[in-house]
Amino acid sequence: MDAIKKKKSINPNVLHRFHYSQDRVIEKPFNWQQMLRLLTFIKPYMKNLVPKSLAVVLLNTVIRMTIPIIIGYWILEKAIVEKNAPLLIQMIVLVAVLYLISYVANYFRIRWTNELGQNVIYDIRRKMFEHVQSLSHDFFDKRSGGSILVRILNDTESLQDLFTNGIINVLMDILMLLGIVAILFSLNVKLTLAVLVILPIMFLISSKLRRSIRRAWQEVRLIQSKLNSHLNESLQGIRTTQSFTQEIENMAFFDGINTETYERFRSAVKKDSFFRPLVELTNAIGTVILILYGTYLLLGSGEITIGVFASFAFYIGMFWEPISRLGQFYNQLLVAMASSERIFEYLDEKPLVDDKPNAIELDDIKGHIQFKNVVFSYDEQRPALRGIDLDIQPGETIALVGHTGSGKTTIANLISRFYDVSEGQVLIDGIDVRDIALKSLRKHISIVLQETFIFSGSIRENIRFGRPDATDEEVEAAARAVGADHFIQRLPYGYDTEVEERGSILSVGERQLLSFARTLLADPKILILDEATASIDTETEVQIQKALKKLLKGRTSIIIAHRLSTIRDADKIYVLDHGRIVEQGNHEELMALQGVYYHLLKTQFEMLNQ
Amino acid sequence: MSVFKKLKDFYMPYKKYLIISIIFMIVTTAITLVYPILLQQTVDEVILNQRSDIVLFLVIGYFLLMLIKAVATYIQQYTGRLFGIIAMYKLREKLYEKLQFLPFRYYDNAKTGDIMSRLTADVQGFRFFLAFGISDLVHFFLLVTISMVIMLTYSIKLTLVTLISLPFLIVVVYKFDKQIHPAFRAVRRSFGRLNTKVQENISGIKTVKALSKEDFEIERFYDFNMDYRDRNIFNSHIWAKYFPLMEFIGSLCIIFLLSYGGYLVIHDELNPGELIAFYSLTGYLIFPIMYLGFIINLYSRAKAAGERLLEILNEPNEIKEKPNPISGKTIDGDVEFRNVTLVYPGEKTPALENVSFKAPAGSTIGLIGATGSGKTSVTQLIPRFYDVTDGEVLVDGINVKDYDLQTLRSQIGIVMQEPFLFSSSIKANIAYGKPDATMDEIVAAAKRAKAHDFIMEMPDGYDTILGERGLGLSGGQKQRIAIARALCVDPRILILDDATSAVDMETEFEIQQAMREVMKGRTTFIIAHRISSVKHADLILVFEDGKIVERGTHEELIKNNGPYERIYRIQYQDQQAVLEAGMKEGRVIGGCN
Repeated sequence: MDAIKKKKSINPNVLHRFHYSQDRVIEKPFNWQQMLRLLTFIKPYMKNLVPKSLAVVLLNTVIRMTIPIIIGYWILEKAIVEKNAPLLIQMIVLVAVLYLISYVANYFRIRWTNELGQNVIYDIRRKMFEHVQSLSHDFFDKRSGGSILVRILNDTESLQDLFTNGIINVLMDILMLLGIVAILFSLNVKLTLAVLVILPIMFLISSKLRRSIRRAWQEVRLIQSKLNSHLNESLQGIRTTQSFTQEIENMAFFDGINTETYERFRSAVKKDSFFRPLVELTNAIGTVILILYGTYLLLGSGEITIGVFASFAFYIGMFWEPISRLGQFYNQLLVAMASSERIFEYLDEKPLVDDKPNAIELDDIKGHIQFKNVVFSYDEQRPALRGIDLDIQPGETIALVGHTGSGKTTIANLISRFYDVSEGQVLIDGIDVRDIALKSLRKHISIVLQETFIFSGSIRENIRFGRPDATDEEVEAAARAVGADHFIQRLPYGYDTEVEERGSILSVGERQLLSFARTLLADPKILILDEATASIDTETEVQIQKALKKLLKGRTSIIIAHRLSTIRDADKIYVLDHGRIVEQGNHEELMALQGVYYHLLKTQFEMLNQ
Repeated sequence: MSVFKKLKDFYMPYKKYLIISIIFMIVTTAITLVYPILLQQTVDEVILNQRSDIVLFLVIGYFLLMLIKAVATYIQQYTGRLFGIIAMYKLREKLYEKLQFLPFRYYDNAKTGDIMSRLTADVQGFRFFLAFGISDLVHFFLLVTISMVIMLTYSIKLTLVTLISLPFLIVVVYKFDKQIHPAFRAVRRSFGRLNTKVQENISGIKTVKALSKEDFEIERFYDFNMDYRDRNIFNSHIWAKYFPLMEFIGSLCIIFLLSYGGYLVIHDELNPGELIAFYSLTGYLIFPIMYLGFIINLYSRAKAAGERLLEILNEPNEIKEKPNPISGKTIDGDVEFRNVTLVYPGEKTPALENVSFKAPAGSTIGLIGATGSGKTSVTQLIPRFYDVTDGEVLVDGINVKDYDLQTLRSQIGIVMQEPFLFSSSIKANIAYGKPDATMDEIVAAAKRAKAHDFIMEMPDGYDTILGERGLGLSGGQKQRIAIARALCVDPRILILDDATSAVDMETEFEIQQAMREVMKGRTTFIIAHRISSVKHADLILVFEDGKIVERGTHEELIKNNGPYERIYRIQYQDQQAVLEAGMKEGRVIGGCN
């Protein structure tokens, strides 16, 4: 921190300058209902993968438990100590065969359990993605893109362990544990009871200590996600930081998170390091009991043989593994509970806008739009539209004019039925939009948004997004028609140039031309244009104006307008103010009225001429 | 090893933790190996020779040893991991510092995602090796050597027979590592693609819905989702191929041991206890060898990670301060470009070619021209975000290279085209360049930028948190906060790079009115597409392909018949048309020429 020291003083404000949302520490109890719902995802595999996996797991477990008996009792005691050479050969061949079977069983176990787990995760993720696609705008309005991403990708990912190894292994472990105890009992009841004292201790360590360790690691993950958020932001905002020479202040802030990360890490490691020694010590207690009581039984009463003694020594060593894994499984389960709760929360989300049971399919429309006394509010406090009446004839171009927040975009959103009206009706060709199948409605409507979204892929694919079955010729014809052909040809690979969302290959104006081409290709009956005021140089703007004229021809068009030329050419202009239509008419009529519209233009001229 | 050597400053000062860890590991390893001996003693001495008198002695000794081992294990684990954590802390600290000061040129080419993965995954990869890799490696050699020695002292022949299959195991481990590594990388890459796909879909969801392309998007998602699943399964098939095989080879050792060992015992060449001890020792040998693959993996990952970290740490910073820079000077705001040429690194065509102009303190300079004509480059040379390729940029008659960067930049306020706001309160965002600004100063800046009114309408006013969980601001609101932020530092030179593009015309008008006040006494550079934004400038520079093709005041330029006049005509034809329409109605629109 030399650089920090160099600077005379750091304002303490900067140590808390950034705020990052934090997930709460989730400590969900086990929930049977949720677990059962989760298990329904295994259903498609119940006939094939599940029984196959279970069979090999079972086989493997049985072999793994038999081998020590054979080695301990038959080989070491009966064959070697009693010097029975033929038995030795027989038994060794048997063990070798068992090892071989176990090898094959293991091979299939790993393959099948993974196939099962991966397929289940694939299904869950697919279902989630499909479901999210079906949700309406209000869902996306309320959530950040990042949080949706985390649920589709990370929450499903965290179930992976449970489905690949967890459920199958837990069966194997329970089986193994019971098997070991059964074998020990069959060998000698007294010695087994004495040695089993360590089982409860192990369970205790496995559940209690693990829990506290898991919490500590959770704390680490929380601070790390905060650290990552900051790193990400500091990189994205680096130009701003350097402009305002805040590098050293930010280092002071970062030092805070970095140090806290270090501290939490250290505390987690401190707890975590207790685990192994404690387990080993417990095992040692078992061995002590075995030696003391075992030799007593062996020498004193002669109740057990050397072989039994050796088998005991071996099985005590085997105790730990399944118990440890069961503890781990329990942790996995709790993590899975938290993740699946978040997954189900999304899956249970109903789209606010949805098809009616017998929604009308619109094959062809004329493009007649009516609003009948439409009232709408995004949330209860802020009404966006307070009673709108509109009648837009097929083929008409209308312009919506008004301040930011006057309701222009809301009207556009209601035509496409991204939201449903609170009161009143929106009609297309005389049919209430709520009675029309969403897909068939939106098929006829195209929207050019203010912020043009570019998908990663080639220019061609981006234009074709408007109509996936369009031929290359059609794509290029559309581009030519809107005057985008010119700049596309200049790109390194023409139509095959790869572009991406945040890429810098295309300027804002070029993006807009691209989305015009996309729209032209889709050839909608109704066109909604949310005209951008963004930074476009004059030359490009001239081109866009030309393209627009082409685009509007023969369609019902609603334009949220800023440019005077577009407004002037509209068949009808609606002036909106606070969710109401305050003036309507064509340009000449509104100018004559000398009302809101007139004043709106006047201010703009004053500004130009000042 | 050179990567580790180059990064040694980050872990060598803390080597004491590693040394402590290794010392205690030696203790634990030694004790681990005592267990089979104890077992052998019990079986041979106590049971076969019927010496129950030494049982208690054996047990107490054993338990004490295990107690020591537990403590030693704890210390070994804790210090070893602490060693890794400290190194991670130090690395991150240095990387962050380095990244704060790297020039714009670096960020022009670097991808945030890539730098992020270095700061997270690579730093972790390096830590893993320090925390586990080194001591595991030592542990491995210790365990193998010692158990070998013990086995050899028991019986050379039996050792050889038992370990005859080990070379095969080593070959298998090696091959496994070679295959699993690329497979694992492929899984990560596939996940990255899946991530990008979903992220893109979510950010573009409104476009998807507007074009009702949900099904098309779902189809595309299937491919990525399937690819990710298949790569995971492919990965597990490699595991399935090698892991049981490794276990099987290990089992072969036991079969050989029992066959030959059994033969020796039957022929009285070996005690049964010795055989049992051998049996345990074999276990100690086989598992570490299987584990060796993981250690090698840790090492190769740490090496690759270290290389990627070094790339950042060794990145040159060409924007250097001179040995004794001018520091603490309050500048007047005189700006001069003398024959400035700028070629961005890696590009052939110059972004600026032989640009010269003078901007006296307090004057307003308008820059106009098409996208990519060089306007922004001019403004980025003044705060020295880039260095000129040729020529000189002077502030107050002094080359910008002679200033202390902090002195220079802190007196220049910039509003960028796409303003970046931080996840912070509105208040802290406005005070970003001046953390000790008072509330009055912040409000004053916001009022000048016409941001105060909408800020007050927010639920928490100036304390409203922006960013992910915060309220979404419109483009115009963001720009106004960015203007307030620039004004808050009370700069001598103000640069507005297309600052009002995202606000509606009326707000733009209001901001411009307010700016006129603000610009008084400051040298101001305005980049704009609209004539209206630059027409009041003392000097207008018209750019084309990195050159100034016209210069003068608005009045001079509209008579010049050049590019400026053409732009003017296009922009004002709207007005003319409306004007005419208004005239037809027989009314005069106020404020027109």
